[in-house]
Amino acid sequence: MGLGLVKWSRIKSPWILHFNSGACNACDIEVLAVLTPRFDVERFGMLLKGSPRHADIIVITGSVTRQIRDRLVRIYEQTPEPKFVLAVGNCAGTGGVFQQCYNVYEGVDKVIPVDVYVPGCPPRPEAIIHGVVKLLQKLQEAS
Amino acid sequence: MSGESEKAVFEVPVGPQHPALKEPILLLFKIEGDIIDDVMARPAYTHRGIEKATEARNYIQNIYLCERVCGICSGIHTLVYTQGVERLAGVEPPPRAKYIRVIFLELERIHSHALWLGVAAHELGFDTLFYYVWRDRELVMDLLELVTGNRVNYAMSTVGGARRDISDEAAHQIKKGMEIFRRRLDVYTGVVEKDPTVRKRVVDVGKLSPHKAVELCAVGPTLRATGVKRDVRADDPYQAYDEIPFNVATYPTGDVLAQIMVRVMEMYEAANIIDYALDHMPKGPIRTKVPWNIAPNEVISRGEAPRGELFYYFKSNGTEKPERVKIRTPTLANLPAVCEMLKGYHIAEIPIVFASIDPCLSCTGRFAFIDERHDRSWVWTGEQLRAYRRRYYKWQNR
Repeated sequence: MGLGLVKWSRIKSPWILHFNSGACNACDIEVLAVLTPRFDVERFGMLLKGSPRHADIIVITGSVTRQIRDRLVRIYEQTPEPKFVLAVGNCAGTGGVFQQCYNVYEGVDKVIPVDVYVPGCPPRPEAIIHGVVKLLQKLQEAS
Repeated sequence: MSGESEKAVFEVPVGPQHPALKEPILLLFKIEGDIIDDVMARPAYTHRGIEKATEARNYIQNIYLCERVCGICSGIHTLVYTQGVERLAGVEPPPRAKYIRVIFLELERIHSHALWLGVAAHELGFDTLFYYVWRDRELVMDLLELVTGNRVNYAMSTVGGARRDISDEAAHQIKKGMEIFRRRLDVYTGVVEKDPTVRKRVVDVGKLSPHKAVELCAVGPTLRATGVKRDVRADDPYQAYDEIPFNVATYPTGDVLAQIMVRVMEMYEAANIIDYALDHMPKGPIRTKVPWNIAPNEVISRGEAPRGELFYYFKSNGTEKPERVKIRTPTLANLPAVCEMLKGYHIAEIPIVFASIDPCLSCTGRFAFIDERHDRSWVWTGEQLRAYRRRYYKWQNR
């Protein structure tokens, strides 16, 4: 009974943490735009949180730089289980335009596991919402 | 904690991941009680090695790379880059292209300032204003999408001109949109100027004197908010700005209110510039041909980004790839100023004062010393840098 309630609330109200791992800001403003009235992803119960300890989903933008790598791993480890990762943008998927730059890891999945990729440079807000809904389905199957 | 005998000074690190800003930066505060004693900023977490990467790509590929230095001011980055390459090659873009560039740049300025106004309201804890402003910002995003085909990275300016023309129908739509946006802006001006809760948080907070601002080489709205009239668009006109009349918005007080008001006034100015440019746009082609290989040459190119002066330096070597591209972005120039602005204020005022320069850190991480073998990093002072310069030239001229 108690477990059923946890599962229900996780699907109805997943909290997200936005982490910039060296993005150019384009994906970040689109992620923010998704939360604001025109696109309003808060209707899925999503709420942007400041601390990884409160989050269920980590939204990561940017091609992971060498400086940010250790911080990203630490943030991932601080997030309580079960945790899910949404990689937004081409950079987070493959490194995008920054491929072969000396300071870049070319993708979040080189460092931590990723659940859903949203391609685009930057992806449209609709695409991010699509990714979020995909992730919600995954949440439902997982729990 | 580094305690002294009579006064206790705490060191509080904020970041690189923190709730206030969306970008990674480490701010190291020295705090005495509730008052900020000293600030040190370390912005280089987003260092991706763009300047080095430009040397491995040709002039056309670099347009797309430079566009992604910063996602919010992507338009001005492509413009200043393409303007520089045109100067390298000695090519003049057609007049219509210059007007098209001005129009999308000013639309970008409105979208960027509206974004900032929303974020500033969010930092004040005034989320209602944040959501209203971001709703109306979508109006400008729609116009940008109509003109350029993209919401954020426009890829509109190319070497030799503009990539897309603005049709009469689109021009009509933009004018209508500006009309609506002006009316919305009137509402926000009223809120910022009159609302007592907002005024309590912004008046006389984060003060910067004009002397100090000039001394610390502040640029853009941060400088203009102290009453100094300095704007690349007016001082060193590029593209079609010498043919378009506009006012350089300034505000005398130098606090956070001034920062807000300058940006609000700039949004009005930008709307006027767009209207004027649409009315006076000359007919003709929008693009000229530029050679692939560019003869050895050295130029600089600059423009007024929404956050201040953006500076590019180019060196070509006769091939299709540049020998060196150096980028100096406005937020890097404003960081010393904001560290000065924070001193003497309360911890609670950190978010709004820091946000008041419109920090865009993705383009800032350009300079860091990292010793991978010994796993340490450090920052040089101006004196150390000068000493290094003396050593270097001595070594060169030995």
